[in-house]
Amino acid sequence: MKAEERLVIRPAHIQQLIDSLIRRGYRVKGPVVRNEAVVYDDLSSLEDLPIGWTDEQGGGRYRLRRRDDEALFGYSLGPRTWKVFLHPPERRLWKAERNGRGFRIIEEEERPPLFAFIGVRPCELHAISILDRVLAGGEFVDPSYRARREGLFVVVANCGEAGGTCFCSSMDTGPAAASGFDIALTEVVTAEDHYLLAEAGTGKGAEVLGETGGVRPGEAEITAARKTVEEAAARMGRSMTGSDLKDLLYRSYEHPRWDDVARRCLTCGNCTMVCPTCFCTTVEDRTEITGGTAERWQRADSCFSAEFSYIHGGSIRSSPKARYRHWIMHKLAAWVDQFGRSGCVGCGRCITWCPVGIDITEEVGAIRKNGVRGSDREGEG
Amino acid sequence: MGRKPKLAVYKFASCDGCQLSLLNCEEELMAVAGEMEIAYFLEASRAVVKGPYQLSLVEGSITTPRDAERVHQVRRASRFLVSIGACATSGGIQSLRNFKDVREFVSVVYATAEYIEALEKSTPISYHVRVDLELQGCPVGKDQLLEVISAFLHNRRPNVPAYSVCMECKKAGNVCVMVASGTPCLGPVTRAGCGAVCPAYQRGCYGCFGPSGSPNTISLSERWQQIGKGEEEIVRAFRSFNAYAEPFRRESEAYERLLTEKALRDSTSSS
Ligand code: SF4
Ligand code: SF4
Ligand code: SF4
Ligand code: SF4
Repeated sequence: MKAEERLVIRPAHIQQLIDSLIRRGYRVKGPVVRNEAVVYDDLSSLEDLPIGWTDEQGGGRYRLRRRDDEALFGYSLGPRTWKVFLHPPERRLWKAERNGRGFRIIEEEERPPLFAFIGVRPCELHAISILDRVLAGGEFVDPSYRARREGLFVVVANCGEAGGTCFCSSMDTGPAAASGFDIALTEVVTAEDHYLLAEAGTGKGAEVLGETGGVRPGEAEITAARKTVEEAAARMGRSMTGSDLKDLLYRSYEHPRWDDVARRCLTCGNCTMVCPTCFCTTVEDRTEITGGTAERWQRADSCFSAEFSYIHGGSIRSSPKARYRHWIMHKLAAWVDQFGRSGCVGCGRCITWCPVGIDITEEVGAIRKNGVRGSDREGEG
Repeated sequence: MGRKPKLAVYKFASCDGCQLSLLNCEEELMAVAGEMEIAYFLEASRAVVKGPYQLSLVEGSITTPRDAERVHQVRRASRFLVSIGACATSGGIQSLRNFKDVREFVSVVYATAEYIEALEKSTPISYHVRVDLELQGCPVGKDQLLEVISAFLHNRRPNVPAYSVCMECKKAGNVCVMVASGTPCLGPVTRAGCGAVCPAYQRGCYGCFGPSGSPNTISLSERWQQIGKGEEEIVRAFRSFNAYAEPFRRESEAYERLLTEKALRDSTSSS
């Protein structure tokens, strides 16, 4: 079959897309409804998709809702990010076996599946490229991440609607993806019509697209798709702007707002766990009772835990204030120095999935508003 | 190799559930028996080997004058003392009486109250003697218990994080019940260790593992009110297995005071 650059496909063609990926040996992951939310998991048929579902989101609040159409990608982001597949929260690094008086190390042989992700949102694509930089871009490469990432096939779903806590347009990460995908879909649902504009970003993408059975689009279909995305951008309720953000934050270490947010923050770590770019892990050694074998595990960690900053005798960041401040400082300021861009893609997950609804844009806004006064204040640890 | 280290398992006021967690280890318990001399464990065997014991696991809270003395003997006989379970680490469900007058209960329940020697409060082991490690949970988790024993045997720090159930909940891939359905959950202030079992079944956490390392109960209660829970429910939530654990106790007492004040106001305004 012929490779195609751009086609209009019907919802039913998504089945061909899935089949064609499975035929090529991919483990297909995509959105499914589970326990009152849209999460990413195994996908084998069109019916697995959250057809006709959407969600209402706000600070600390998420509700699934029925749509009055049959949109496939009519929901916004759920709590699970793609990082759980690329950078799993728990992973054995190696094992050791006692061997007389010494021991023998058994390397972990990982054979991760070849992943295809369907329904990656533009901001999430940016998040993956941030993880690429952090985990595979520098001097020290995480081999497990690289192995999982290498053959990844990405099908983007551009956003036709902004989620309740999204602010990607101000972070310049959405609501449409410009590059980095194999196929990008833009869904258009009107009273008369329901189609997806599918555009290939790579040769591989074009080949798969050619197997879906779509047809070449007309001008009107392309225009309607572009307009959907523009409207989403216009409807975004939050923003977090400013090229000066890094310096503003660095100047605001002693801002009174940190005390204010520390009174509300539960130090539960939910924000870092749902953030698509937070990558921190810890290592843990396990031993068998008999001491015959030992294992070293890598586990997701968070700067909101006391153990995270524990070095010889105590935690550096023992107060909730210091922990919340660290999360923002790293994400929005130090990240720029470390990795060349902000660690936030504006997905809004940390706002929705914070049990008490702490809003990163609001906290930054409060610091900006009273920036000068804050920077003049005397410090109190 | 020298002699095997001796293990003792003690019981104070408790339901035996934590000791059962150890007995339930079956296979691993055989491994423990291979590495340690199980010297004192009345729940498993009446044979007693004399101390001192290198590792003592202590279940139960202190509720009688006799136990308040006995716990010092236990301390003296133990090199490393680990209190296990909600009773031993916070006073347990029986600490509910700490909020009432225990003499009243005694006179209601027993025909001859003068035979009952009960302390006014049910208190954790650490109120009486130095404790080397507290392992929370009602009952303690089997894996955590084995982890502590294994860490002891191999001379390393046990991995028993003080962070909240939320961390485990997210690692398990659960959908947050507070956020997605407005179900009150104690997970954000409760110590990890159970693997977030309740949220995995779409239920809120009951806090059976007791307070986490930095529990912001005030903020969580405010949130519960925002999602429609009343003061009574907040008092009840914090007043269960770990009612007398300091952060939980303060929170339930604060809301109880509020309720009392309200009741007072109501009665004066209606009279
Ligand atoms: S900081 Fe919050 S909004 Fe930004 S990428 Fe992370 S979860 Fe999304
Ligand atoms: S914000 Fe915290 S958890 Fe996230 S990457 Fe930075 S230090 Fe790690
Ligand atoms: S900001 Fe919210 S989600 Fe993050 S640690 Fe604090 S309470 Fe938890
Ligand atoms: S369900 Fe409970 S334990 Fe799980 S993340 Fe939500 S608040 Fe935390």
